[in-house]
Amino acid sequence: MTGDHQTLALFLFSMFIAVTLGITTWVSRHRHGSAEEFYAGGRLFSPMENGFAIAGDYMSAASFLGISGLIALYGYDGLLYSVGFLVAWLVVLFLVAELVRNCGRFTLADVVAARMNERPVRIAAGTSSVTVSVLYLVAQMVGAGSLVALLLGRTSAAAQTWTVIGVGALMVIYVSFGGMRATTWIQIVKAVLLLGGTIVLTVLVLMRFHGDFDQLLRTAAERSGHGEAFLAPGLKYGGDWTARFDFISLGLALVLGTAGLPHILSRFYTVPTARAARRSVVWSIGLIGGFYLMTIVLGFGAAAIVGPEAVRGSNAAGNTAVPLLALDVGGGADSTGGTVLFAIVAAVAFATILAVVAGITLASSASVAHDLYASLRRPRGRPRSEVAVARTAAVGIGVVAIGLGLLARDLNVAFLVGLAFAVAASANLPVLLYSLFWRGFTTRGAVWAVYGGLIPAVMLVLLSPVVSGSPESLFPGVDFQYFPLQNPGLVSIPLGFVAGWLGTVTSAEQPDEAKHAETEVRSLTGAGAA
Amino acid sequence: MRYDDPWYDALASGWGESAGTDAPASAVPSARQEHAAPALAAAEVYLEVQRSAAFQEVRRRYRRFVVPAVAVFLVWYLAYVVTATTAPGLMARPVAGAVNVAMVAGLGQFLTTFLFTWAYARHARLRRDRAALELRWDTQELTRGIRGGVS
Repeated sequence: MTGDHQTLALFLFSMFIAVTLGITTWVSRHRHGSAEEFYAGGRLFSPMENGFAIAGDYMSAASFLGISGLIALYGYDGLLYSVGFLVAWLVVLFLVAELVRNCGRFTLADVVAARMNERPVRIAAGTSSVTVSVLYLVAQMVGAGSLVALLLGRTSAAAQTWTVIGVGALMVIYVSFGGMRATTWIQIVKAVLLLGGTIVLTVLVLMRFHGDFDQLLRTAAERSGHGEAFLAPGLKYGGDWTARFDFISLGLALVLGTAGLPHILSRFYTVPTARAARRSVVWSIGLIGGFYLMTIVLGFGAAAIVGPEAVRGSNAAGNTAVPLLALDVGGGADSTGGTVLFAIVAAVAFATILAVVAGITLASSASVAHDLYASLRRPRGRPRSEVAVARTAAVGIGVVAIGLGLLARDLNVAFLVGLAFAVAASANLPVLLYSLFWRGFTTRGAVWAVYGGLIPAVMLVLLSPVVSGSPESLFPGVDFQYFPLQNPGLVSIPLGFVAGWLGTVTSAEQPDEAKHAETEVRSLTGAGAA
Repeated sequence: MRYDDPWYDALASGWGESAGTDAPASAVPSARQEHAAPALAAAEVYLEVQRSAAFQEVRRRYRRFVVPAVAVFLVWYLAYVVTATTAPGLMARPVAGAVNVAMVAGLGQFLTTFLFTWAYARHARLRRDRAALELRWDTQELTRGIRGGVS
């Protein structure tokens, strides 16, 4: 990458940072400091605004760069990811969005704790939410470090370290000063930028092939060196049965994980009613679906125009396929068009990471302050404003994420995202569905459902080839690998559901009919909703 | 903004108890004297609404749509993932030009997701929203201690 690319890309980065900091200042200008304002942005966003913000929260750099890179390298197997990421939204729309909006106030634990003995349930749900958020956060930070360093052509360890620290500092500023209102506007700006950039690239790729998708696929297959096999599943996840089960496990985690992601759940509280929550999910499904359809074109386009060798030569995981594609369709490495388009794509990718990171930080600071701090503080202790605690928590989480992001610098980003989805699906989804739909669910069932999914999911990863026992693992020197799959979902998601059922049938506690009635009536009608 | 402090305390002690101790701050004062044990009354309101024909109809409509729809899309998605990983030969069969069964199935997943979304939004808007809103006002009237009209 030449100096021109970097200067222009750096200029656009700075523009985005300036605009987002401007939004944060503008929003915090008359700050009320109430919890409603900080966690839910005043609950008065329109469905369209929230739909864009949800799409902004969900379309991470892993999808923009990761999925199109996977398609460019492995053809059809990359496309399987985008299908899972999209279909997951049906679970959210049908079972979660409206009911959660009606029953809760700020976090997942609100929904569960309302029916149960509050303290243990809140601690359990808060712990799992923070775990999921931190995993997701670390994935984004690692991605930011390697991506920005790569795009700017500085691959030195120092540049990477400073990028991670810089991203962490910015996200703490956005969240602790701007709260949900600033975070939402940053998501909206980012979603518009990301979709705009993707549309331009898609149109340019299709123009190159005169609008003939069939021709595009044929060229991609020829250029890949795999021929027809490039357009069929099996290049990445074919092979032995371990690889195939691994993919099924990942597919399950993707489709069930979205509904348990704390930063997605907290978005439903920013609109006034359940109907608005439904309409924002409909908006976001349209935006996300359109986006993933375009990443398919970009992925195959990168394979056809740039070629898998060039992509792999730049980054082994394929993360730079889209920037390289932008350089080429803009007119080539030495043209103005190519330089500008490359810089725009790089800036959009950076904006994407910053926005996603801010959304997750906000959700996890809400879990810390609203669930963990509220349950664990000493009853006689000096009462502190919950929002002040949440602001402090955002700083703390920023520090933890920076630290872990630096430690995990060499971990695969896609793996961390897959793990976050698996933990969300194992620990958060069973307890959420049981408390919304099961009359006989008890406190012990709720606690067991959370820990019964959380602990196996984390343990299985520690015992997997990701951590030890193979040359690519985190600790290649030692071998305590007892679980063959990289993604624990296939085992840990059923365990979460079974543990919740087992805890309920073995507990002596009589389920509270009245509280179940209250949850059911509130969830379906919206009576008494915050 | 309106619900700020009372609501936070309310949640800390659970919906059931709090409805009597905190919520009446924003309710009609006279309602308080009518109930000797307001917490119990609030709990009974929800039980009563839950048993009402109007609520059971809303719940039935929701479940009638959601249960089969979830079953269908989950089976269709899992079948797609399992077929893609276990039977790549079938998925590689050409359909038209470079487009094969796998591509049709993948784009079919996108299409069915959009169709399910549209169908759910339409169903909820036409069959559920109005009834749910009426129940919401009725329930809120009842919990405030004013005898409203839940049949």
